[in-house]
Amino acid sequence: MINSRKIFETINMISSENLDIRTITMGLSLRDCMHPDIDELSHRVYDKVTRKACDLVKTGQDIEREYGIPIINKRISVTPVSLIAESSRGSAVKIARALEKAAVELGVDYIGGYSALVHKGYTEGDRRLIESIPQVLGETSHVCASVNVASTKAGINMDAVSHMGAIIKQAARLTAKDNGIACTKLVVFANAPEDNPFMAGAFHGVGEPECVINVGVSGPGVVHSALKKLEPGADFSQIAETIKKTAFKITRMGQMVAAEASKRLNVPFGVVDISLAPTPSIGDSVAFILEEMGLEKCGTHGTTAALALLNDAVKKGGVMASSHVGGLSGAFIPVTEDAGMVEAVRCGALSLDKLEAMTCVCSVGLDMIPVPGDTPEHTIAAIIADEAAVGVTNNKTTAVRIIPVYGKKEGETVSFGGLLGGGIIMPVNKFSSRVFVNRGGRIPAPVHSLRN
Amino acid sequence: MRAVITVIGEDRVGIISGVSTILSRANVNILDITQTTLQELFTMIMLVDISKSSISFEQLSVDLAAKGDELGLNIRIQHENIFKSMHEI
Repeated sequence: MINSRKIFETINMISSENLDIRTITMGLSLRDCMHPDIDELSHRVYDKVTRKACDLVKTGQDIEREYGIPIINKRISVTPVSLIAESSRGSAVKIARALEKAAVELGVDYIGGYSALVHKGYTEGDRRLIESIPQVLGETSHVCASVNVASTKAGINMDAVSHMGAIIKQAARLTAKDNGIACTKLVVFANAPEDNPFMAGAFHGVGEPECVINVGVSGPGVVHSALKKLEPGADFSQIAETIKKTAFKITRMGQMVAAEASKRLNVPFGVVDISLAPTPSIGDSVAFILEEMGLEKCGTHGTTAALALLNDAVKKGGVMASSHVGGLSGAFIPVTEDAGMVEAVRCGALSLDKLEAMTCVCSVGLDMIPVPGDTPEHTIAAIIADEAAVGVTNNKTTAVRIIPVYGKKEGETVSFGGLLGGGIIMPVNKFSSRVFVNRGGRIPAPVHSLRN
Repeated sequence: MRAVITVIGEDRVGIISGVSTILSRANVNILDITQTTLQELFTMIMLVDISKSSISFEQLSVDLAAKGDELGLNIRIQHENIFKSMHEI
């Protein structure tokens, strides 16, 4: 029998340190649902999703019960809807309604993939889908949308960047009475991964199989606790080593759950996403890990270095623990979802500029950031452009999930509820980026994209 | 299928008897058992074979948790692979 110390270590991670499986996400191709009649297309989508994922939630619950590990979310990601919607001249909103209805019936937490990939340019279908995003996110509660506006190979589509600035504002306006909640379900990507199980940016990429199971782990609380147990003067080699070992253990659990879910659902296993995903509960914060390394507050000088170490050690520990690692895989820094980040913003230690720097060394990007409702759309577009530049130049995924909160000014508080948390409205730079954003066209791909 | 039952709480009369009565009623075989005191808490670990169990895993889990409530202890049952996967390569 495994020794009792190890058994209790595992139990303690789950019961006291917030170890959980963040999500089992079923990726599902909808390419065979295309049809010129939008009603028939939507019916096919509903039918396929409810048929393929009918056992997803129950299987998740069974595994949760038998193994004693919480599985927080069960989700579905689908083929970017712009690709299938293009087969019809009808409104893609009907497909979103079909997805919403399927999600409710199945009891899944989210369904992602109301998405378009426009890093090099738009098709007519892409344009129609993007235009419909505010309405869709306003009238559904489970559907998540994402738009890829840049890639290292294609450069940055500044027309799309500018467009998304306007779309985000529109989505915020439509859901102003709920603090712009629609924007929490909308991600603007550079180098979007095709197998990401995390929301709101999950979609089932075109290179993916018919159906696949991807699992996202969590565990900032476990890493934080492990660091707390180190000697006070431990050096960075010891810190990195401790994080690696902890990430290994967390990921092994993710791998086991993924393999088990895959077997029970008779669906191939895709990847484990080895991300440290925080939740608003105290003790489940990435910021607290950084502070445990010796920073008075997350956001002060040294934060980027601390995060770089954390991100790298998580990958090194996680990669050996899983047969296939993918998705975003790194530390997340969603501001409102992380109690330590919220506190760091409140006391003035963490700014938008520092967050941008931090996104150079971790996954994903400027995530869950509430800004004043009167932030101009071209400012939001310019924030997206900066973040896309970080992703394109560093050959990594970056994303922007920013929420203009109508009627609120910087320093005021906002709450989104549940795992989305809440926090302080962050100030943005007051100087205009309008002329820059309005130039349009494409920022060319960097020279290091030419790798052949 | 093998599972690990863990009992954590204050030591008292009747813990092993309470748990093993539930197990024998459900036709669950005890393969190994250890007990120790950890930071002043009584802890017991049982490795059991539930492949011939007459009740579902869920029911067994509920029965054990209820016995735990009755005795003022935390009793849980988990598939052994969760521990194996985390601690063995």
